[in-house]
Amino acid sequence: MYKEVNEHGYYGIYGGAYIPEMLQKNVDELRVKYLEITQDSSFKAEFEDLMRNYVGRPTPLFHAKKLSAKYGFKIYLKREDLCHTGSHKLNNVIGQALLAKRLGKKKIIAETGAGQHGVASATAAALLGLECTVIMGELDMQRQQPNVMRMKMLGAEVIPATTGTKTLNDACNEAIRYWMSNNENTHYLLGSVVGPHPYPDMVAKFQSIISEEIAKQLLNLEGRSHPDAILACVGGGSNAAGAFYHFIDDQRVALYGAEAGGCGPDSGKTAATLTIGTDGIIHGFKTILMQTEDGQVCDAHSISAGLDYPGVGPLHAHLHSTRRGVYLPINDEEAIKAAFELTREEGIIPALESSHALALLPKLKMKPTDIVVVNLSGRGDKDMATYIEVMNNM
Amino acid sequence: MSRIKALFASKSKKILSVYVTAGFPSLNDTISVIEELECNGVDMVELGIPYSDPIADGPTIQESSAIALQNGMRIKVLFEQLSELRQRVSIPVVLMSYFNPVNVFGFEKFCQYASNVGVDGLIIPDLPCYEYEAMKYDKIVNKNNLTFNMLITSETPEDRIRKIDKMTSGFIYMVSTTATTGGTNGISESQISYFKKVSEMNLKNPLMVGFGVHNKQTFEEATSFCNGAIIGSAFIRILRKSSNIENSIKEFVSSLKG
Repeated sequence: MYKEVNEHGYYGIYGGAYIPEMLQKNVDELRVKYLEITQDSSFKAEFEDLMRNYVGRPTPLFHAKKLSAKYGFKIYLKREDLCHTGSHKLNNVIGQALLAKRLGKKKIIAETGAGQHGVASATAAALLGLECTVIMGELDMQRQQPNVMRMKMLGAEVIPATTGTKTLNDACNEAIRYWMSNNENTHYLLGSVVGPHPYPDMVAKFQSIISEEIAKQLLNLEGRSHPDAILACVGGGSNAAGAFYHFIDDQRVALYGAEAGGCGPDSGKTAATLTIGTDGIIHGFKTILMQTEDGQVCDAHSISAGLDYPGVGPLHAHLHSTRRGVYLPINDEEAIKAAFELTREEGIIPALESSHALALLPKLKMKPTDIVVVNLSGRGDKDMATYIEVMNNM
Repeated sequence: MSRIKALFASKSKKILSVYVTAGFPSLNDTISVIEELECNGVDMVELGIPYSDPIADGPTIQESSAIALQNGMRIKVLFEQLSELRQRVSIPVVLMSYFNPVNVFGFEKFCQYASNVGVDGLIIPDLPCYEYEAMKYDKIVNKNNLTFNMLITSETPEDRIRKIDKMTSGFIYMVSTTATTGGTNGISESQISYFKKVSEMNLKNPLMVGFGVHNKQTFEEATSFCNGAIIGSAFIRILRKSSNIENSIKEFVSSLKG
């Protein structure tokens, strides 16, 4: 079994809870209660109702015929971009916001990179009557202005992280600090399969609705419930964890993750953690990490603000180290090219994150009868400024 | 007897420990700052190894860490600097580090190096108890004549405090708040009652209060029920704006003790 954590929250040697004592009470509370609460039938019913009637699930599994013809195998797109707020993020956010309410919390604190998780958090908070504060790197706030305005319109307070590179890593640090200083009524609504146990397991389980649907939809469309390969982008790795989840222990399914190669894994401007990283600890968990030989965390770079994270979720570190998953770096240019290809071939403008997953397609060697599912994790509206810049330079 | 044990044996009240970031304000200030602190009557020093992602620290210490890293501070550089520690300093020195740099360096090797240069103890706030137990780190710590000093907060349950007391071998670091370092509010009544409650638990380790202690008043309040207190951010702020480190340290320590 690859996908189950042990009692201390480890997948193999990755995971755990490396937290200062100041966070122990909150993390313990979550660890003790999250399974009990999320497995409760009334919680499940409320979650499923909101997934269906608010988020818009099940999201379609779309047969991309032109892409399939181009690459010579059958390609399906799992349309998480059609979720309310434009990405898979809302699955986890609704789950955690419901959990926060059952834990008696009044406020949520969230970190965000590209703003998708921040917008999703602000949305769930508005829906469920929770106060919401989102921490976002100052640089990311400049890169993702429309999402900042969406969060504010939804009633969230957006606080800039002004330390370090002023991006996602710093937003995570600041959010943890904020939680530490305001822990009584506040739930830290973590946006990916990272952080101290139980977050990676909890978020993976909320996102596993993606693979659950893929299995059902493929059965209807193809008469079998598994694809031959699944492709997803990996920053922290929540959409990939969700798309892989039900197939992780099914060796018939190849799992491919696209890391943000940035300017190239050896360029010093990259977020290809699993390609160049080493074992380390960040944001309260053990994983594979981009770090110096002294254990200082390196700055991450990607054209996509949602992927420039120097670590990766422990499940992915485990799948990578056991070779169950294959993780390949995709450079900024390859991601852009894939984004324009999907737009022109199928009329879908993908998020820059998802474009990394699409850029894996030309790297695959598949048979014509093989079925490949690409998890289209988000829509590209938020990345229009980057796309416009590219078009202006064409 | 270790320097930490000797300190607590000779002085049970109002022990003043000061935190300083290694390599701050300048790379080669590490030993001279500790030396000045000792000259002015500070009882113990907590020497912080700068880290890129210090989640338990507030902006003041985080900034000092960033400056120290820019100055070129690295663990190897620090141990080279500390090779002359015991020629110049006799008070106990405790190394504080986040776990990742220690783990990457190698826990056992780190303890050996620390012991060889005359360091007396370790504080690693994000090293979980279960890993400390499972990896039998206590044996490595003891073998190298170090102490391991764990944290508690006002929200740590009694049974966990007792477990931490059992695992701790120097002093218990009582975090006065659940926030990060650097707060400058006074000590509240609920904090005082927390200090009192823990002091009445008859733990085997002495109690040092940290976080939020920043002047004579908060030092007096924090130490009224405990053995001593650790001052960090307030001292870093002094160093940050100092044009004469010797004078600044003298004034700072006398303002706490005077």
